[in-house]
Amino acid sequence: MENIAFQTDWLYGLIGGLFIGLGGAVFLLGNGRIMGASGLIGGLVDGSGWSNAAERIVFLAGVVIMPIIVLQFWDRSETNITDNVVQLVAAGLLVGIGTRIANGCTSGHGVCGISRLSLRGIAATVLYIIAGGLTIALFRAVLGWI
Amino acid sequence: MKLVIALIAGMLFGGGLVVSGMTDTAKVQGWLDVFGAWDPTLAFVMGGAMIPMAIAWILTKGRSPMTGGNFPAPPEPRLGRNLIVGSVLFGMGWALAGLCPGPSIAAISFGGTSLWIFLVAMGAGMFVAPRVRAMMDA
Repeated sequence: MENIAFQTDWLYGLIGGLFIGLGGAVFLLGNGRIMGASGLIGGLVDGSGWSNAAERIVFLAGVVIMPIIVLQFWDRSETNITDNVVQLVAAGLLVGIGTRIANGCTSGHGVCGISRLSLRGIAATVLYIIAGGLTIALFRAVLGWI
Repeated sequence: MKLVIALIAGMLFGGGLVVSGMTDTAKVQGWLDVFGAWDPTLAFVMGGAMIPMAIAWILTKGRSPMTGGNFPAPPEPRLGRNLIVGSVLFGMGWALAGLCPGPSIAAISFGGTSLWIFLVAMGAGMFVAPRVRAMMDA
């Protein structure tokens, strides 16, 4: 089973990726908006996006609802998330502060930015992948913590 | 109409995140684990997402959004310190828990207590971010 799962992961990744991109395309062509998760959430948190709060909330509701539907047919609920509170809090703070200072995350800078050959999107993606790779290398290979 | 479109876009995004496996933190950390058991799945997710998105950007030329208004302005050519510092901080956090903002929302219904701890911390980070940015600009 494990072996079969390994061999099909790339295909699920590609199909899931197409749906992610389709969502971004619908949001852009329909509402003229960039589908950036950190921006959509952050605007609600810091108040900068309250003028179009309904659109943000409905979008995020869709992000929550669809997985519930998918999970009825396919148990895709494995998260392997850590239960180390310090690690979770540090990660959350870094992701929250970092994405808002950089004005984007994997969806906004990554998917939406690179696809229009934005220098900022490409640079941000290269930087967070390098920073993430070094962090994993330090904590996993060197310290053996995660 | 804007809300219907937002709901459809959100559902496609959330469904895609679960199907692709990006709500599994092991797959994200595996992608970043270049010196260990490297998992290339994320590259396929990114690649797959680029295809409809690139077509959408081409279609914006000479048109307006379906519900009116304007398309986003062209991206700024300048990188700036905020983009660099912010992306590095984000990358570190992304690696630590294997979660970025999109999947952290998509996994709300099945991520349990750990996910909520991450979400509260991420919300707190987003709340203080404008102040951090103001300090950096000062």
